[in-house]
Amino acid sequence: MTLTEKLREKISRAFYNHGLLCASYPIPIILFTGLCIVACCYPLLKLPLPGTGPVEFTTPVKDYFPPPVDPDHKQGEPSEQPEWYVGAPVAYIQQIFVKSSVSPWHKDLLAVDVFRSPLSRAFQLVEEIRNHVLRDSSGTRSLEDVCLQVTDLLPGLRKLRNVLPEHGCLLLSPGNFWQNDRERFHADPDIIGTIHQHEPKTLQTSATLKDLLFGVPGKYSGVSLYTRRRMVSYTITLVFRQYHAKFLGNLRGRLMLLHPSPNCSLRAESLVHVHFKEEIGIAELIPLVTTYIILFAYIYFSTRKIDMVKSKWGLALAAVVTVLSSLLMSVGLCTLFGLTPTLNGGEIFPYLVVVIGLENVLVLTKSVVSTPVDLEVKLRIAQGLSNESWSIMKNVATELGIILIGYFTLVPAIQEFCLFAVVGLVSDFFLQMLFFTTVLSIDIRRMELADLNKRLPPEACLPHAKPLGRTARHERSSALRPSTPHTITLQPSSFRNLRLPKRLRVVYFLARTRLAQRLIMAGTVVWIGILVYTDPAGLRTYLAAQVTEQSPLGEGALAPVPVPSGVLPASHPDPAFSIFPPDPPKPAENQTSLREPPGPVGPAEGVPDSPGPEVTWGPEDEELWRKLSFRHWPTLFSYYNITLAKRYISLLPVIPVTLRLNPREALEGRHPQDGQSAWPPLGPGPAYSGLWETNPKGPGGTQAHRDITLYKVAALGLAAGIVLVLLLLCLYRVLCPRNYGQPGRPGRRKRGELPCDDYGYAPPETEIVPLVLRGHLMDIECLASDGMLLVSCCLAGHVCVWDAQTGDCLTRIPRPGQRQDSGVGSVFEAQESWERLSDGGKGGPEESGDSPPLQLHHRGPLPPSLFEDQPDLTSLIDTNFSAQSRLQPPEPTQPEPRHRAGCGRAPDTRGYDFSLLVQRVYQEERLPPSPALPLASEEEGAASPEKGPSPVWAPSADGSIWSLELQGSLVVVGRSSGRLEVWDAIEGGLCCSSEEVSSGITALVFLDRRIVAARLNGSLDFFSLETHTALSPLQFRGAPGRGSVPTSPVYSSSGLVACRLTHTVPCAHQKPITALKAAAGRLVTGSQDHTLRVFRLEDSCCLFTLQGHSGAVTTVYIDQTMVLASGGQDGAICLWDVLTGSRVSHMFAHRGDVTSLTCTASCVISSGLDDLISIWDRSTSIKLYSIQQDLGCGASLGVISDNLLVTGGQGCVSFWDLNYGDLLQTVYLGKSSEAQPARQILVLDNSAIVCNFGSELSLVYVPSVLEKLD
Amino acid sequence: MAEGKTELSGPKKCGPYISSVTSRSVNLMIRGVVLFLIGVFLALVLNLLQIQRNVTLFPPDVIASIFSSAWWVPPCCGTASAVIGLLYPCIDRHLGEPHKFKREWSSVMRCVAVFVGINHASAKVDFDNNIQLSLTLAALSIGLWWTFDRSRSGFGLGVGIAFLATLVTQLLVYNGVYQYTSPDFLYVRSWLPCIFFAGGITMGNIGRQLALYECKVIAEKSHQE
Repeated sequence: MTLTEKLREKISRAFYNHGLLCASYPIPIILFTGLCIVACCYPLLKLPLPGTGPVEFTTPVKDYFPPPVDPDHKQGEPSEQPEWYVGAPVAYIQQIFVKSSVSPWHKDLLAVDVFRSPLSRAFQLVEEIRNHVLRDSSGTRSLEDVCLQVTDLLPGLRKLRNVLPEHGCLLLSPGNFWQNDRERFHADPDIIGTIHQHEPKTLQTSATLKDLLFGVPGKYSGVSLYTRRRMVSYTITLVFRQYHAKFLGNLRGRLMLLHPSPNCSLRAESLVHVHFKEEIGIAELIPLVTTYIILFAYIYFSTRKIDMVKSKWGLALAAVVTVLSSLLMSVGLCTLFGLTPTLNGGEIFPYLVVVIGLENVLVLTKSVVSTPVDLEVKLRIAQGLSNESWSIMKNVATELGIILIGYFTLVPAIQEFCLFAVVGLVSDFFLQMLFFTTVLSIDIRRMELADLNKRLPPEACLPHAKPLGRTARHERSSALRPSTPHTITLQPSSFRNLRLPKRLRVVYFLARTRLAQRLIMAGTVVWIGILVYTDPAGLRTYLAAQVTEQSPLGEGALAPVPVPSGVLPASHPDPAFSIFPPDPPKPAENQTSLREPPGPVGPAEGVPDSPGPEVTWGPEDEELWRKLSFRHWPTLFSYYNITLAKRYISLLPVIPVTLRLNPREALEGRHPQDGQSAWPPLGPGPAYSGLWETNPKGPGGTQAHRDITLYKVAALGLAAGIVLVLLLLCLYRVLCPRNYGQPGRPGRRKRGELPCDDYGYAPPETEIVPLVLRGHLMDIECLASDGMLLVSCCLAGHVCVWDAQTGDCLTRIPRPGQRQDSGVGSVFEAQESWERLSDGGKGGPEESGDSPPLQLHHRGPLPPSLFEDQPDLTSLIDTNFSAQSRLQPPEPTQPEPRHRAGCGRAPDTRGYDFSLLVQRVYQEERLPPSPALPLASEEEGAASPEKGPSPVWAPSADGSIWSLELQGSLVVVGRSSGRLEVWDAIEGGLCCSSEEVSSGITALVFLDRRIVAARLNGSLDFFSLETHTALSPLQFRGAPGRGSVPTSPVYSSSGLVACRLTHTVPCAHQKPITALKAAAGRLVTGSQDHTLRVFRLEDSCCLFTLQGHSGAVTTVYIDQTMVLASGGQDGAICLWDVLTGSRVSHMFAHRGDVTSLTCTASCVISSGLDDLISIWDRSTSIKLYSIQQDLGCGASLGVISDNLLVTGGQGCVSFWDLNYGDLLQTVYLGKSSEAQPARQILVLDNSAIVCNFGSELSLVYVPSVLEKLD
Repeated sequence: MAEGKTELSGPKKCGPYISSVTSRSVNLMIRGVVLFLIGVFLALVLNLLQIQRNVTLFPPDVIASIFSSAWWVPPCCGTASAVIGLLYPCIDRHLGEPHKFKREWSSVMRCVAVFVGINHASAKVDFDNNIQLSLTLAALSIGLWWTFDRSRSGFGLGVGIAFLATLVTQLLVYNGVYQYTSPDFLYVRSWLPCIFFAGGITMGNIGRQLALYECKVIAEKSHQE
């Protein structure tokens, strides 16, 4: 044993043990794994959240100096300053925050007055700022010297050229709307219109021009006609290139002196530096999206291969979770050990997933599900694991090797990637082994439970009378279950057929895949997502705010005391709440302009002047820029082609400016058009004004306005979506009128509801009147045919022989009453005599003119006066004749006594008298030619059954017929009593019988004068038929018309046929033999002991014992090409090589027993208890497609030619093209058989199909097929 | 028609599906078109990947930058990929050694992802010098071949394609039709052959899978169940 093999064995054993462990303790292991994952992911909490939100850093204003470019002071306190805080910022931004109100508010002021005159003051302020000059010892410094000089706007922004400054200081104020020209402002009749003229029409309002110029979020500005708070606030934004402390201090002092803010509590102590991360542009987004699309395609194609499990989705999810959490663990572990990830996580993530891969998981799943199903779950998992252990280990080792090679490229980025990948691979392996295996074991266990539940009902209603695992057709038909229409469940769509026009195919394709609906859905979701994300009040800002708040550095900048504005009275003595800026000297006159705080003022009716809103400064004003969109500054700078990505700006503390205007000023500033009630004065009644006072911070008008827009758009979108869906529905209805795609149709298929294939294509419906063969009273159990003749046997035990071409009933062999009593040879004669009798009866004068077989249709209403009706009685009154005949008086005239009489050997005397009588009739009958019967004899014969129906045929010790075979003119019948009978099909006489063994004959094979009987006890008897006279080809046939040459020699029954037991295999199987087939000189038996055996026909020698099924073998197929297929109760189909006895392939076909199995040259057709017919490729064992059958018709299928398949349905048969899975035609067989499902289909040589509809047989000729074949 | 079919993909595996629907030429055309589209798409995306370093945050012409290279580059790439994708299965057939290794869509997707990753690395990772870059990319390309192809014909064809494509690029650059920002080796970037090799392997993989798909239609569908 080489080292490799040793290693291999060891690995295999280890995996086996591990599999046992996993499957034994699933829950603890999953919990343990979850704990591991959480523990490994814990270090991830320390990592900053990935996001593009800006990061803040605050420094005190005092002795601030720009950080040096060279980060050489890092050794000091590295944690104190973020990495990006290096070098001078792009710009310093100074906002001068103006709050302005008209007070006292006069009643006859208009709504426009709220903001017209306050805005006009902006021009004055801008003038002051522009003209501000610092004079000190070092000389004079004007604004132009320190401000950020901007050049041209970007070429795409020409329409903003009038509004945004160019070639000069970047100084923004609301005055820019009017080119900083006071005259223009005063001449502007529509201020609101001017302000909003550049607002985007769409909802994308991240940083609009209005926000830029006002410097405050739209709802705080107060420039609206509907605002309830008559206070206007805006900022004048100054952008400095360099930090000139003196100039700034000077400016601040002057402005605060000029426009004092009395109750200002702003601290103005800190400088906030905002660092912007690199944003993902479209150019970077496209490759990123591409990689993610490839990733998802990879995951999709991988998980699609998961098969044969209970929940595909569950396992796919588990696989993805395995990979993802292994990646998370990898990052977590790397972080734990001190590696700081520098790569862009979003970019390398797809590659990491692809490198780690889902392959092992899939291999594992496949290996586990291909273990034998009958094993215990533990063992299955263990076996599956150990089977694949070597390849998994090899795979992991190879990947690790490749990645290690990558590690030695010594490129930092690749090294980091490889490190992540290695740790990820190892943790992935860990998770596969612990997490996924356990999930798989749970899944497999669930599947087994489900299988058990599913398989139970059909087994439960199996008849107890029959211990065989025969198909439970009759029983199942009574079970109520919504039948499903004929649909081919799986089909390759485009390669199938060209029968449909292209246009329809496209439409069907659209409809089938619900492409349009899905697109609409996806579009809606994306759209909503975009809306939510980009809405200014939406997710984006929220996220940005979250990110900002979560960054530990930003927290310090927030004011700790959330003092609501308005509660802080002007003369509040508490210094803790009103910290005034220390530097500006407080002028004395500010106290005079103060008013008392409004307090709870009720509806002040009749008061002409209501107090103006209190201009207050709270801590939140200090940070008002936070409420701006986080794209505010990048947008502003991007207009001048300055990127803020990976750079930072510094925000200087705002300078508060309070403007108080009295009504006179407001009236002065009014535009002539303002009064023309373009806007009616706000608050027509005092109630409104009171409301203003009591609720000064009510929802802003703009906010409500925007909300309404949002709702409108949403409603519109919804309506559009509904209309589209309705339209599509209509289209769908119009184009697909057929009931396709509704799998769960209630009830059985109605007439006119056609079976259709995938496209909803239903082939032309045809209806033919089949030749109905009636005569059986109970459900037909066995059918056999040799192409010319047809033998059927019903539950009541009657055997009928029919001419397969004409449908004539040639012979009826009733249930034997006292077979044991009568000798073999004599019965033969008696039977023949009875046959004559019945023939004579049919030709009797009562029903003159009708040919005998066709009378069968019309005999229903007639009184039971004929022999032919005797079977009716037999089945109705099912008593033990052999017992009763001895007890009862001899009056009842039955054929059996007559037969006995005919043979002249009656054991008991009572029957003897009667038999004499019958014998006489029989003799009389024989004399004349059959068409003209003497009346007397007819009456005699007819009278007999009237005498009393009670002692009818009973289930004698002979037992019921379990198997039936027909060849030539000989019918071989196997009974449950173990008796084998050979009947002459034409004459209706028993040729010979054999009953050495009392074990029931479950299956028969009759091939070339050789009969093989399989018995319930597992033994196998070989008989040979010997005729004493030479067998001559039989001349008589029911209808010589269109018969083809019979395939097998037809023996006349003239000679004496003897049946000799040549060989017995006493214990061929341990359990009852359920299937028996012979071809090509081989005999195959399938048994409930899970095995198949192959015998040679000539010498009854057992060649192979085939093991491979994990359940009782239910059906076997063998043909001349030595192809052997078998199906079992485990739902599996095995294909065998008969020559070598090896298993060629093994496929799990059905949930439930495989009920029948046929092969053609290219495919294997199987049907199962699940009412599915599956067609498999014979060479590759790949399932081509499957056909859903009607309830109870599961096993009814027949192969007419190599590419034509017949299946039975409710009152119909359907023809399928085997190669394409197309439904070719559905033929309804008359109206009467509508409700009956076709339980059995037998294909005769001349393309007649015999369907078994309950107690009737239907003989269908397929005209098209006939042409095809001939 | 039928014989074309059997010749295309072996008599055993294929049902007569295709033969009835699409003749071989139609088949070939469909595959060619699909490969062409894939090639164009990859060319655009990878081109974007190469140039995105120079893109500013808010360029006025973001969309234009996608098509910033010469208009004929994507169609050329598409045509080349179509040719390669059709050539691979064809050569497999002629050599009589059908490609059996990992013939699944998931594997193909993995291959494409690795190819994009190689491009990504070549565009984004800062290497010390060009030799290192070239060596790394060569190793990655060989790794790609080993992981997803492992056929001699694939390797040979890949090398041939890389050589030819580099030659063509060289000629183009030499004649001034096309130019790189920073050529490091005789007018071309030295990592170009590696990219071409990996691209050839990738497109060959896709082409093989497409050729196989016809036969596997049935199997795929039944797997979907």
